[in-house]
Amino acid sequence: MELKRVVVTGLGALTPLGNNVAEYWNGLANGVSGAAPITRFDASKFKTQFACEVKGYVPENYFDRKEARKMDLFSQFAMVVADEAVQDANLVEGNYNPDRVGVIWGSGIGGLRTFQEECVNFANGDGTPRFNPFFIPKMIADISAGHISIKYGFRGPNFVTVSACASATNAIIDSFNYIRLGMADVVVTGGSEAAVTEAGIGGFNALKALSERNDSPETASRPFDKDRDGFVLGEGAGALILEEYEHAKARGAKIYAEVIGGGMSADAYHITAPHPDGLGALNVMKNVLRDANIKPEEVDYINVHGTSTPLGDISEVKAIETVFGDHAYKLNISSTKSMTGHLLGAAGAIEAIAAIMSIKNSLVPPTINHFTDDESFDNRLNFTFNKAQEREVRVALSNTFGFGGHNTSVLFRQFID
Amino acid sequence: MSEIAEKVKAIIIDKLGVEESEVTPEASFTNDLGADSLDTVELIMEFEKEFNVSIPDDQAENIATVGQAISYLEEHAK
Repeated sequence: MELKRVVVTGLGALTPLGNNVAEYWNGLANGVSGAAPITRFDASKFKTQFACEVKGYVPENYFDRKEARKMDLFSQFAMVVADEAVQDANLVEGNYNPDRVGVIWGSGIGGLRTFQEECVNFANGDGTPRFNPFFIPKMIADISAGHISIKYGFRGPNFVTVSACASATNAIIDSFNYIRLGMADVVVTGGSEAAVTEAGIGGFNALKALSERNDSPETASRPFDKDRDGFVLGEGAGALILEEYEHAKARGAKIYAEVIGGGMSADAYHITAPHPDGLGALNVMKNVLRDANIKPEEVDYINVHGTSTPLGDISEVKAIETVFGDHAYKLNISSTKSMTGHLLGAAGAIEAIAAIMSIKNSLVPPTINHFTDDESFDNRLNFTFNKAQEREVRVALSNTFGFGGHNTSVLFRQFID
Repeated sequence: MSEIAEKVKAIIIDKLGVEESEVTPEASFTNDLGADSLDTVELIMEFEKEFNVSIPDDQAENIATVGQAISYLEEHAK
């Protein structure tokens, strides 16, 4: 069977850099850091006391109080960005068949704060089980996709992908596949995460995964810098409307870019450490190029996973060098996590948006916070350090890798009819 | 109005997001105040916590209005 073409027709973002796509892109283009001391709880006893939180978010601006109370923050974030994307795509009743519109969302954890609060309440009681009836439907990761479908009446395929930090990219790839196989006309996809809680920071601290640079939060996320010391936890969400090309054309939708390939692989090596030679990362990039049927030389920009951990950054770059050969030196490479922090299961969504916006604006967002070269990296590679670079981006690749050894890559191309 | 009635009304206003004027003794949680079955379960649980009582399921089924909640709790609250 002939596969259908899939295009991006709407975007939505709620990030540590800004609360819509325009603000987010403005932050990326200008190299702004989203890191600051934690406000969501008293972190004074934690090894890490800063994070990349969403700023100025007031639930009552988006939901009535009763509605907000029944949704964990990660679901609220999902609803806010889905709404921006649906409006951006001008999806209005009558220009789509609701039975053919899916929601495939990604979240690595789900309602972590809800889980934490309910368990603490029980532990503080006398043993009488007084769990809130909304506990489970607030906490489960898939409820985000459920809420979006209920609001708009989208009755197509509906589920959430869970693959830690690769979750949203898995959601995007699944959406791409369902549409190109003809199983849906439109899919609302993306991801959301809200794990800046005691359990989230404490858990990642215990893994020694987080930067502990408390005296300088805004320079803590420094991928590929010699003195990088771990990732900075972020929160937020990103949404993309993926649509079958003929469907988009028929309703006169604007088109941001085309999705041309999705790749997946596993490290099959360790629960949290990346394969030292980047074997999984190498395979996933080969897979995505094969899926899109393009040559490595056609790629202009790689938005890397690049979390600012000592090991992860090295193995990903090794893989890029192997897959791209001499073309690796002609690529722009950047880690926008240097600005946004690591949004875990939502990372793939906001980074896909960064890749798409780089195509649209012919501008590659930077890897900020570069102070000292690390001799582990070939200095002929262009990491787009510290300042955005103007460049025509015809094809952009977005990598995300998750604990468990899950690797995902997706390719976007400038749209040409 | 009794102290219990005041507290019951406050819980209902908070949990169901309704206006105080709507919370009349005759008002039904589901028909008048927009509660679904989960909201009703949550209300009963909040009453149990606030008044330190345990409301058996068969009796909880008979608490469908603001007035029924107040009289039940006035009778059973410790």
